[in-house]
Amino acid sequence: MITYEFLQQYWWFLIALLGGLLVFLLFVQGGNAQIFSLGRSEAEQKLIINSTGRKWEFTFTTLVTFGGAFFASFPLFYSTSFGGAYWVWVLILLTFVLQAVSYEFQHRSDNPVTVKWFRRFLVANGLLAPFLIGAAVSTFFTGSDFTVSKDAMGTITPIISEWGNSWHGLEALADFRNWIFGFMVLFLSQTLGILYMLNNIDDAEFSAKLRIRLRSTALCFVVFFLGTAFFILTAEGFACGNGGVITLEKYKYLHNFLQMPAVAALFLIGVVLVLAGIAEGIFCEKCWRKAIWPAGIGTVLTVIALFLTAGYNGTAYYPSSTDLQSSLTIANSSSSLFTLKTMATVSLIIPFVLAYIVIAWRAIDRKSITREELEENEEKY
Amino acid sequence: MESALIGWSRAQFAMTAAYHWLFVPLTLGLGLIMAVMETLYVTKKDEFWKKTAKFWQKIFGINFAVGIATGIILEFEFGTNWSNYSWFVGDIFGAPLAIEGIFAFFMEATFMAVMYFGWKKVSKGFHLASTWLTASGAAISALWILVANSWMQHPVGMEFNPDTVRNEMVDFWAVVTNPVAVSKFFHAVTCGWEVGGVFVVGISCWYLLKKREVRFARKSILVGSLVGIIGTFAVMFTGDSSAVHVARYQPMKLAAVEGLENGGPRAGFSFIPGVEVPGMLSILATHDIDGIVPGINDILNGYTDNEGNVIPSAGEKMEKGDIALAAFQDYRRLRDTDPEAAAQAKAVLDENIEYFGYGYIDSPEELIPPTGILFWAFRLMIGFGSICLLVMVIALYLERKNRIEGKNWLYHTALASIPLIYLAGQFGWMTAEVGRQPWTIQDLLPLKAAVSSIDHTAVITTFVIFAAVFLFFLIIEIKILAKAIRKGPGIDETLNQ
Repeated sequence: MITYEFLQQYWWFLIALLGGLLVFLLFVQGGNAQIFSLGRSEAEQKLIINSTGRKWEFTFTTLVTFGGAFFASFPLFYSTSFGGAYWVWVLILLTFVLQAVSYEFQHRSDNPVTVKWFRRFLVANGLLAPFLIGAAVSTFFTGSDFTVSKDAMGTITPIISEWGNSWHGLEALADFRNWIFGFMVLFLSQTLGILYMLNNIDDAEFSAKLRIRLRSTALCFVVFFLGTAFFILTAEGFACGNGGVITLEKYKYLHNFLQMPAVAALFLIGVVLVLAGIAEGIFCEKCWRKAIWPAGIGTVLTVIALFLTAGYNGTAYYPSSTDLQSSLTIANSSSSLFTLKTMATVSLIIPFVLAYIVIAWRAIDRKSITREELEENEEKY
Repeated sequence: MESALIGWSRAQFAMTAAYHWLFVPLTLGLGLIMAVMETLYVTKKDEFWKKTAKFWQKIFGINFAVGIATGIILEFEFGTNWSNYSWFVGDIFGAPLAIEGIFAFFMEATFMAVMYFGWKKVSKGFHLASTWLTASGAAISALWILVANSWMQHPVGMEFNPDTVRNEMVDFWAVVTNPVAVSKFFHAVTCGWEVGGVFVVGISCWYLLKKREVRFARKSILVGSLVGIIGTFAVMFTGDSSAVHVARYQPMKLAAVEGLENGGPRAGFSFIPGVEVPGMLSILATHDIDGIVPGINDILNGYTDNEGNVIPSAGEKMEKGDIALAAFQDYRRLRDTDPEAAAQAKAVLDENIEYFGYGYIDSPEELIPPTGILFWAFRLMIGFGSICLLVMVIALYLERKNRIEGKNWLYHTALASIPLIYLAGQFGWMTAEVGRQPWTIQDLLPLKAAVSSIDHTAVITTFVIFAAVFLFFLIIEIKILAKAIRKGPGIDETLNQ
């Protein structure tokens, strides 16, 4: 029997899946961030840009679909967070917009100064986007300063969701836990970027360089990951009890993992796969080229588990630190039964979409990128 | 809600949408043209068509990036600047956006990469399929965003739920097959074909003017003008049905577009002020010379429509809107403490729900969109579009008669028609969107009840940032396009002559 509650949970799972895919695809930003630090010569910079860069549309599209799916399934989050944390979303948006044109523009431009500027835009996107997305997701655990009053719609000048301060989202940076989460996603994206390039670029000299860089980047990721895991597992969480009343509960997220063993298992398997991928990339002389796959799959699983623990088991996924009862849960912020049901039917096409992406991806990536290819071919960034 | 906030929020959205529409129609039109050219390459096994298709694909790629970059801004702005709107109608409006992402964006992103980088990596058939799928992805994307936009013009398939305080979808197919959506989709996509056709003919004429790439230019004119002419006739056909829909569902927009203060049967259409064809507006709007077209005053004072329905005056609608808002407040206040009184309040709300949005309106004058802008925008759209059709017909005729070479006047005119067709598209959207004012959703939600609660200085700041970014992109985009065009396809003129 497909109930309203089931559909709300199903759609939260799809949001989690899209979130997981998005974080995996941030390997594009991870590559962008290291254009200058890894690419010491023009040829090396071209290798980076043409490796991760040829996948930028997937990251971009997943971000758009993630936003669209959130809008369709949990519109109160869309209206509250986007309208409230204005500056955070605008900054994320701007870096992605600059990135979207920079690949083409840096390739087509003759002027070296212009070329450098467009590559700087790619670096800015590579650094800022993962960090800000990480910090924004972190507020799912740390809370934000907003109130929600649906009754306001009956007034002449209605304001349903009101942000509590004029920083409009930037105040999240005052909480060090959001920094830790942001840095974790930043270094994860760079780790994945390196692993993807190891898989996608056929160049012994550059690959050796990538594997050396992988050590320090992965170490930074692991440190921030441990910090994030510590703060989430020890945090006071936002529990949703009977009648939708929100209360603070000590160790809420730890309890969620313990009470949802499948989610805990997903999290642990994901973490192990990410670490295994990193270890393969650093230590395995025979399999470093394929290390992106365990790390990538692990990333998707870990992010899914984090989203599920933020929203399932009677938890407010977008908590209000100003007014607990304004916190958003998957029950009070979702679309109607009819819309969720309709969208659930639409979502049946997702496996088909994933299938054609895999086919096209394999067709394009069958041959790794080489310096020679970039010199000879006209079709490149 | 402060007017500065509403004004700047509107300006920001309008600027983004107008800028986005500089790139989308070329994606739609050029997508079809390059797919046709690649099909000719595969079926005729002629390398000439491969190089021709590759050249236009390069132009497509340069244009495409800015199009999708600006599309995401629009999606974000629904949330950042129109927060109330996002909740109040998100249950209906969010669905097409999500479907657009799942169905169209992934298709475009996946196959665009194959089309662009895959010439030496995949088979001919796979590549051709990728090109068609890229072009189709753009059209499917247009379908869903236009379903969403059409719902704002003519909201259908939903009910207001006072418990969740939003409109909820009750009939998905009514939303998708909304008659406004059907004609708007074909109108916008075929407008893209016209833009693509005019662009290809104009650029090809530049090569002829420079006496370069002659075979490439002539064949491009052939394909481009055919696509463009077919597109233009489809634009005219769908424009006709759009006019009928506007007359039926948004009579104030039509009255403002015509500057019609007092309407009635046998209403005349002014080509320009003072040059009027009697009865023509009635024919265009109702397909009947005796059809009633209400003027602005009729709509404000109340009138009887063509089906004999008595349409209340603006004042009466506002009164009913006030009753609906008050009943809504009562229902919310009483639903937990006095179910019986709450049920009564709900009954009053249901009775007046059609006019809920009018409860936010302060005076009848607010309901009149700016007539001057609309009057001229509509006429310039038609005028510029018609000039472009004429240019394409002449270019096609001369090309088929083998008399196109040496026609410098045509080359210059065709080049000049490129900005005209872009302006026509901009004026078209201006008519559609400015004409809906003061509503974000026709008769349901006015601007003042849809906007986010942000300091207007924040919106001014982002407006300036976006304006600077857009200008910067436009300059670079034009420079890069000009460079690619100057370089040309580099086709050996002796190849398969």
